[in-house]
Amino acid sequence: MSSVRKAKHGWILTLIFSILSVVYVLPIVIVTMNSFKLKAYINRYPFQLGPFKLSDGWDRFVDGIQKAFVGLENYVEGVRKIDFFRAFGYSLFITICSVAVIIICTSMCAWYITRVQNKFTKGIYYLCLFSMIVPFQMVMFTLSKLANMLHLGNPVGIILVYLGFGAGLAVFMFCGFVKSIPLEIEEAAMIDGCNPIQTYFQVVFPILKPTAITVAILQAMWIWNDYLLPSLVLDRKRYTTIPIAIQYLKGGYGSIDWGAMMAMLVLAIIPIIIFYAACQKHIIEGVVAGAVKG
Amino acid sequence: MDKAIKKYFPLFALPTLAAFTIGFIIPFIMGIYLSFCKFTTITDAKIIGFSNYTKIFGDETFVHALWYTVLFTIVSVLLINFFAFVIAMLLTKGIRGTNVFRTIFFMPNLIGGIVLGYIWQLIFNGILAHWDITLMYHEKYGFWGLVILMCWQQVGYMMIIYIAGIQNIPGDLIEAAKIDGATSWQVLTKVTLPMVMPSITVCTFLTLTNGFKLYDQNMALTAGEPAKMSQLLALNIYDTFYGRNGWEGVGQAKAVVFFIIVAVIAVTQNYLTRSKEVQQ
Repeated sequence: MSSVRKAKHGWILTLIFSILSVVYVLPIVIVTMNSFKLKAYINRYPFQLGPFKLSDGWDRFVDGIQKAFVGLENYVEGVRKIDFFRAFGYSLFITICSVAVIIICTSMCAWYITRVQNKFTKGIYYLCLFSMIVPFQMVMFTLSKLANMLHLGNPVGIILVYLGFGAGLAVFMFCGFVKSIPLEIEEAAMIDGCNPIQTYFQVVFPILKPTAITVAILQAMWIWNDYLLPSLVLDRKRYTTIPIAIQYLKGGYGSIDWGAMMAMLVLAIIPIIIFYAACQKHIIEGVVAGAVKG
Repeated sequence: MDKAIKKYFPLFALPTLAAFTIGFIIPFIMGIYLSFCKFTTITDAKIIGFSNYTKIFGDETFVHALWYTVLFTIVSVLLINFFAFVIAMLLTKGIRGTNVFRTIFFMPNLIGGIVLGYIWQLIFNGILAHWDITLMYHEKYGFWGLVILMCWQQVGYMMIIYIAGIQNIPGDLIEAAKIDGATSWQVLTKVTLPMVMPSITVCTFLTLTNGFKLYDQNMALTAGEPAKMSQLLALNIYDTFYGRNGWEGVGQAKAVVFFIIVAVIAVTQNYLTRSKEVQQ
């Protein structure tokens, strides 16, 4: 009796969630649909394939769709207008390099300040903790001016800025994990003749791998989508990232080229969906692990 | 062992520490100093005492942005956590397609704020076009638009954390409560909720700080229109820095006030919900 009721219940829930899922992806479907439409029809009829509804008669409806459909025109124009693939390249370069540098440097630092216990290392730990609650606006102006003075306004220099501003969370998370590694493992390695560098890279870092993946995913999500920091730090005449490039499509006085905008939004979403499909399991596990430790 | 490692300070800790100094410590300290100065760049700063701070509260846009942000944060924290928890409860019942639903609900989270803002601007303007208005017509449209956008983006993230919390509850605990005659409402309020308190702590913390610090979505969706009335605090601070000549000092003072508010909220919230957590 109870198992029958449960099954019936489950069937209804599955149906409700199926509908909800469709509603959930609808915004992306609508944007994709509009990216193939004539500019003039995007803003006026965003939820229709063309200017006419089915109730206006089949012939007019089909005729309207044919009139509205422009193929890849919006894509070509958008890519040319904001130099999308260059921005994509810079975004990719900055994200991958920053994440790699953050993982290596902060995990080493975390291991050092956990293993060498004195007032100085404790101070660093608490500073990292503190930096996590400081909003970016607090350092926005001074950081961008300082980065300018030190000539960090290029894709290589910004890696240093990301290492600095992202260090708090990363060091904090690595410290939490290093504390749980038994000291005996490292001592055994040292007795066997490893110096600290060998001990770290051959013994400690492999153990840290799960945390490293978590940190990498959290930082990658942040850096890839970050707008304000790169827009202030980078020399904008020469380097753009995807979020900056998309913001460029909004001209002065708030006018937006909706055709190019739709196409570029789709191009910006595609790599994220590919990334998500490829490492979905790691991403979801990383979020859970990050939340528990953070 | 301590000593052996200690010598390696320049290799292990120095790179991070140097970057942390440039990327955080110096800008933070200079930020506090500059909030007491009049300046246009860092080099021409002159100390003028507290007058930047007194100017803040005479600035109507800031006071408005403060209340707008507080209201927005409260509404979005409540809605996001409510929906996330309900969905997490339903998706831990083992129904068909659970994994697919989870994957779909989480997905918007990976999309950046700027992209999200423009996606929803199109949709809201399309809907509002039926009444011949746009998002920029009145601040309330920007407000609810932002709430819907944030729910769409963050419910999936919080859902994942709640699911992990719910799955952590030992099954015999709920069984024991049922045998003792607890109704499903009692199981929910007396067993499930106290047991997922750590998840609630994390999720309220994340939604609270995300809401308060929101910038990208706000800028892409309405850019503060109409007439700065839909500005959240972060956008208001940016606008003060880069949109008004001679107001850089006030912008920095606003940023300090902003930082203090965020810090107080984060610490208080953490303290309050942590005290409700139970030991397993």
